[in-house]
Amino acid sequence: MPMVELKDVHKRFVKGREVVDVLMGIDLRVGEGDFLALMGPSGSGKTTLLNIIGGIDSATSGEVAVAGEVLTALGSRQLARWRAANIGFVFQFYNLLPVLNASRNVELPLLLTKLSGQDRRKNAATALAIVGLEDRAQHKPGELSGGQQQRVAIARAIVADPPILVCDEPTGDLDRDTAEEVLDLLGILNRDHGKTILMVTHDPKAADHAKRILHLDKGTLVQQAA
Amino acid sequence: MNLLVLIRANLHRRPTRTYLTLFSVLVAFLLFTILRTMAVWFEGAGGGAGADRLVITAKYSIIELLPISQRRQIEGIDGVEAITHLTWFGGNYQDPRNFFPKFPVEPRAYFDMYAELAIDPAQLDAFANTRTGAVASLDMMEDYGWKIGDKIPIDADIYPMRDGNRLWEFDLVGAYGSKTDESVQSALLFHYDFFDEARAYGQGGVGWWTVRIDAPDRAPEIASVIDAQFENSMNPTKTATEDEFFRAFAAQVGDIGLMANGILGAVFFSILLLTANTMRQALVERVPELGVLKTLGFSNAKVALLVLGESVTLCVLGGVLGVGLTWLAAPQLSAFMEAANIGALVISGSTIGLGIGGAALLGVVVGAQPAWYANRLPIAEALRRS
Repeated sequence: MPMVELKDVHKRFVKGREVVDVLMGIDLRVGEGDFLALMGPSGSGKTTLLNIIGGIDSATSGEVAVAGEVLTALGSRQLARWRAANIGFVFQFYNLLPVLNASRNVELPLLLTKLSGQDRRKNAATALAIVGLEDRAQHKPGELSGGQQQRVAIARAIVADPPILVCDEPTGDLDRDTAEEVLDLLGILNRDHGKTILMVTHDPKAADHAKRILHLDKGTLVQQAA
Repeated sequence: MNLLVLIRANLHRRPTRTYLTLFSVLVAFLLFTILRTMAVWFEGAGGGAGADRLVITAKYSIIELLPISQRRQIEGIDGVEAITHLTWFGGNYQDPRNFFPKFPVEPRAYFDMYAELAIDPAQLDAFANTRTGAVASLDMMEDYGWKIGDKIPIDADIYPMRDGNRLWEFDLVGAYGSKTDESVQSALLFHYDFFDEARAYGQGGVGWWTVRIDAPDRAPEIASVIDAQFENSMNPTKTATEDEFFRAFAAQVGDIGLMANGILGAVFFSILLLTANTMRQALVERVPELGVLKTLGFSNAKVALLVLGESVTLCVLGGVLGVGLTWLAAPQLSAFMEAANIGALVISGSTIGLGIGGAALLGVVVGAQPAWYANRLPIAEALRRS
């Protein structure tokens, strides 16, 4: 069974009298342990597709099954619980909470588990060690570089050990060297930890780190490359 | 870390804004506690006054005098055990700010009626036997540095003397206190006979009668009989329990409860707008963060609870500090009020409870709209604002 399976997925935005079809009949299968890069011009629907797979947006029609669950059948509370267990998100602008230090930011997803405070802190420290930032645990986001913030965000994404990582332009705000470090880290998580990764990127060099590249244009998948 | 840590961290996001809002909520609840306590005090003025005592005043105005000839008729009414009278003298001691009541009384009858007052029998004899004699409460002796043998000059504003002189002079012959731990109303008491002979007008008139009845539960019945007795006379009366009388007397100052509620209403309306604006601003600034929390798996309800929790925490903290500061300052406030002869100020448990409960309610009202907004916020839309 594939980790992600989309059948004839459509997404339509309606704002007043304006109707925009963002996704038109997407069919997609992503196997467990895959590393998929989604490319395409701005407005092609990459982020919308990623949001639908990550369970933070819903398809207008079609079937979305991720990690063995048909998302269209879940209510908002169930969906929240499902996201907590199955998806780790990495954003372009890191989206860390500026009022919390790195350790607390990483610990956030674990607040939804039954782990004790001590176990939560231990797991957060392990996740920070995986991304090489154990010595920055007490630093707030404002005290870290962009690359370090993104690594904290990756630690937050993996701390609850979800099978899927959803990354929206994870290197879009980083310089080339730092971007390479982050992409290497994602590669390790895919290769050594078995994470299925779906990554949206504009950058062909970033996409080269993926096992598979898909191109989206005007809401349809137009090309598939290995 | 739990939600409380998140709430605390968010409140520290902009410390200046948080502390200013906290301060304004604190001031509002400080005002609330003081005004509410004063309102309760005025509403309960005379509370604890003798349940077996009735006060008889002129029917239409408390300042109208009643003829002393009514005594015999009142004494004859079934259930009346004792009777005496008081008259409001007014007047100032040295400075109008030195306010305390001054009553011409019948010395022995007065202390017989108010058995809760303690006075040395020798001093009571001296009071009864000295026409210009006066007694004061122990508190007044201390406050004004009086000692027995002093002459107490009072500048009259209602009753000048027959010769037109406004300065009355009394010989202080005793002091009274309380037989219990309860504080007593401080007043300067002097001889009615001397007052009645020396005043320029109003001879034979008394301010009001106080009677002791044989059973408190007969108060309504006896009051009706007294009033019926004088209904068709030149001086109709209005009889009430002592407690009701003090309430009516306090009400002459104005409807303190209404005034206090009016001021509080205005204060809380302003605080409501101010705090609601602050919370809304705090919410708008971190819409993407709320989206991130939802992305991580926090449910809509949990995110809404977080937002509501911040508002309730801020308001409750301000409320507790406001009520707490007033409570700490209560002895000083009480001393100030006692010095002004108004009476001891005691902050009741219900006022404290109402203050803290009100603060929580304010937090819920203020946080309801932002929490509702956070609950409904679509994740994708929130993240687009990053």
